[in-house]
Amino acid sequence: MSTVIDAAQLVFQPYVLLVILCSAAFGMFVGAIPGLTATMATALLVPVTFFMDPVPAIATIVTATAMAIFAGDIPGTMLRMPGTPASAAYVQDAYALTKQGRPEAALGASLVFSSIGGIFGTLVLITASPVLAEIALKFSSFEYFWLVVLGLSCAVFISPGSPARGLVALFIGLFAATIGLENPAGAPRYTMGSVELMGGVQFIPAMIGLFAVSEVIRTFIKRGEEVRPPATPGKGIFRQQAKNLVTYPVQALRGSAMGTAIGALPGAGADIAAWISFAISKKFSKTPEKFGTGHVEGLVEAGASNNAAMSGAWIPALVFGIPGDSITAIVIGVLYIKGINPGPMVFITQPQMIYAVFIVFLLANLIMLPLGWLAIKGARQVLSIPQKVLMPVILMFCMVGSFAINNSAFGIGIMLVFGVIGFLMEENDIPIAPAILGLVLGPMLEQNFVTSMIKSDGSFIAFFERPIAAGLGLFTIAVWMIPLLLLLLRRRPPAGVSEP
Amino acid sequence: MQFVKTAAALGGLLILAGTVSAQEYPERPIQLIVPWGAGGGTDAVGRLLGAEIQRELGVPVNVVNRTGGSGVVGHSAIANADPDGYTIGIMTIEIDMMHWQGLTELTYEDFDILAIVNADPGGVMVSAESGFDSVEALLESIKSEPAGTYKASGTGQGGIWHVGLAGWLLSEDLAPDHVTFVPSQGAAPGLTDMVAGGVDIVPSSLAEGRSMIDANRVVALATMSAERQDAFPDVPTLAETTGSDWTVAVWRSVAAPDGLPDDVKTKLMDAVEVAYNSDAYQTFMADRGFGLRWAKGDDATEIVANDDAAFGEVMKQAGLAAE
Repeated sequence: MSTVIDAAQLVFQPYVLLVILCSAAFGMFVGAIPGLTATMATALLVPVTFFMDPVPAIATIVTATAMAIFAGDIPGTMLRMPGTPASAAYVQDAYALTKQGRPEAALGASLVFSSIGGIFGTLVLITASPVLAEIALKFSSFEYFWLVVLGLSCAVFISPGSPARGLVALFIGLFAATIGLENPAGAPRYTMGSVELMGGVQFIPAMIGLFAVSEVIRTFIKRGEEVRPPATPGKGIFRQQAKNLVTYPVQALRGSAMGTAIGALPGAGADIAAWISFAISKKFSKTPEKFGTGHVEGLVEAGASNNAAMSGAWIPALVFGIPGDSITAIVIGVLYIKGINPGPMVFITQPQMIYAVFIVFLLANLIMLPLGWLAIKGARQVLSIPQKVLMPVILMFCMVGSFAINNSAFGIGIMLVFGVIGFLMEENDIPIAPAILGLVLGPMLEQNFVTSMIKSDGSFIAFFERPIAAGLGLFTIAVWMIPLLLLLLRRRPPAGVSEP
Repeated sequence: MQFVKTAAALGGLLILAGTVSAQEYPERPIQLIVPWGAGGGTDAVGRLLGAEIQRELGVPVNVVNRTGGSGVVGHSAIANADPDGYTIGIMTIEIDMMHWQGLTELTYEDFDILAIVNADPGGVMVSAESGFDSVEALLESIKSEPAGTYKASGTGQGGIWHVGLAGWLLSEDLAPDHVTFVPSQGAAPGLTDMVAGGVDIVPSSLAEGRSMIDANRVVALATMSAERQDAFPDVPTLAETTGSDWTVAVWRSVAAPDGLPDDVKTKLMDAVEVAYNSDAYQTFMADRGFGLRWAKGDDATEIVANDDAAFGEVMKQAGLAAE
């Protein structure tokens, strides 16, 4: 108990609290600008942390990233411009709510359930780190292969309308993911001699194009047709969420648990967690037909899931010094500089430091609520801007965001190309979300499949030889087969009834 | 009269300012290109050196990440910039490999190399569960088993540790692919995969495996350097154990496009030297477990050229070079 008090004394100092507040504001700002990511926020903070004591240094990064991940939902909701692949999972529902004049409903749910997911993940981090990290260490490419296949299967569940259209979109994404040099063989594919194309299709510009630019094009073509509903004043952001919590307690818990578990795996992060949670939510929903039309149920589950995954990623990072995602990779470097060498020993040699980190985690997820509330109030003003002013501004933001990701005009080119593709897809009722899924998971699928085949000397049996891989594999196959079997059973005409 | 005086004074000032700006480098911000992503080791080195160079030269140094294409995109951006001293970059060891793979025409000769600022030797690491306690025992087992029994990982296809492993096997009179190489996205995923039982050996730098070594999950059997590493005094060299003279190290350098004016080059080299010797850089590298290595100008170019020739030889024999 005394270590907890020692830890609290490290955290509850005016200087540390001020640092937390400032980095929260910084994270909120970076996250809310499309194209600037939580990873970038962390990288920018590293030089600042050189001059700080260990606890405020870690607090800076923890707070800023937690805030940036939530703030990424703001442009996603208001402008259909998701800040991260993780928030792309539910951007359709969030933006639909904005179009109905109720952006607070979406952002409020995202805020509150982000916070709940983050706190849940932290509690797991505190209580079960060593055990979970042991399990995560058992994951090799065979297990990740099945996990990615499972993630890709979600494309069929999340796409509104027919599964076939979902598959078309998925394959567009998978194709785009094959471009470039970043494949297991290191061979250039579809680069047509261009050095820039060797870098492949970066998903932030592609995502901004598919979602946001396509919307700008549509607004321009269908000028005057669309009358937006008057912005109805919000009933109080937090009161709505209390209701959501009563209505969807299972979803919130399931999303948090799923997010923490997937986040703890070094080879999978917040994006897969959000997509799988969204698919699960729709699969088990009483009203799956409402998904995609401005329904908060999926938002609750996937929103909790991606923040829980952020905390989960710290589990292998603290216990073994293995980065769970790009952010913890940076954090491990900072920990070393500050003399906190991650590993099992740190829990014994410097427990007060680890507890201080935990306390910071909880604080960061709590401070998110008031700051997020302010941000939502401010973001609401976007609704009162007339379309003809708003759309050019959105396009400008799209360009800045696409440029910033690699400081190259090539990103703007990718954004424009995918904007047109996205527009054509939606005009033909092909959903966009599965294409993002393909783009994000395609390289992981290839990497894990090819390396598994090299390891097993070309034997497919190896995908079922390890216990966890076998379990995941059988589960994936069951997920595919059960709907088909049900379909066949339903198609068979009942006995005694003749065809009309 | 007063007016004429003022005008003359102003005109004189302008001329003075003009001549000063034409002669004195630097007069505007310098761009420092990092060919790898924000947050990685190369990015950290670039940002830290950038801050110190900025202090030394008195103009802003903007660090810009140009990623993608296994480093080809960023290295091209450095080489293709104007050689005026306003674009420099962090050149990494990939420059000595990617042209052999046929990915680009670029070689180290397209750069003016200012200095090498870091080097980390390769190592031989196995999982703690493997039971090997010496590199001789491992080598014995590799030799007695059929080719392809053992698998190694830790970098992409044709990456530095792939070449390092092939070079070591060749020096032990084995075929360069006697140990199958499994490409990975870097050392950390390779190490994780080794602990999960996916592969047997990771030949990356010991610094990259430090946390897993400390956690007793990974055992470092050897270092591929001429002398033992300060940070790992108990880990023997290959020469001490198997007698192989193979060495490999991943280095990072500061480079500019080829054809810098001499005065600019001297000024930049000196600024990099001051940055290298700064407390901030020295403590940062030691704390992160990165190896310190200093070589300036022509000395640095010689190291880069030697590696280029050695890697070309190994890559050709290992079938990693383009025809």
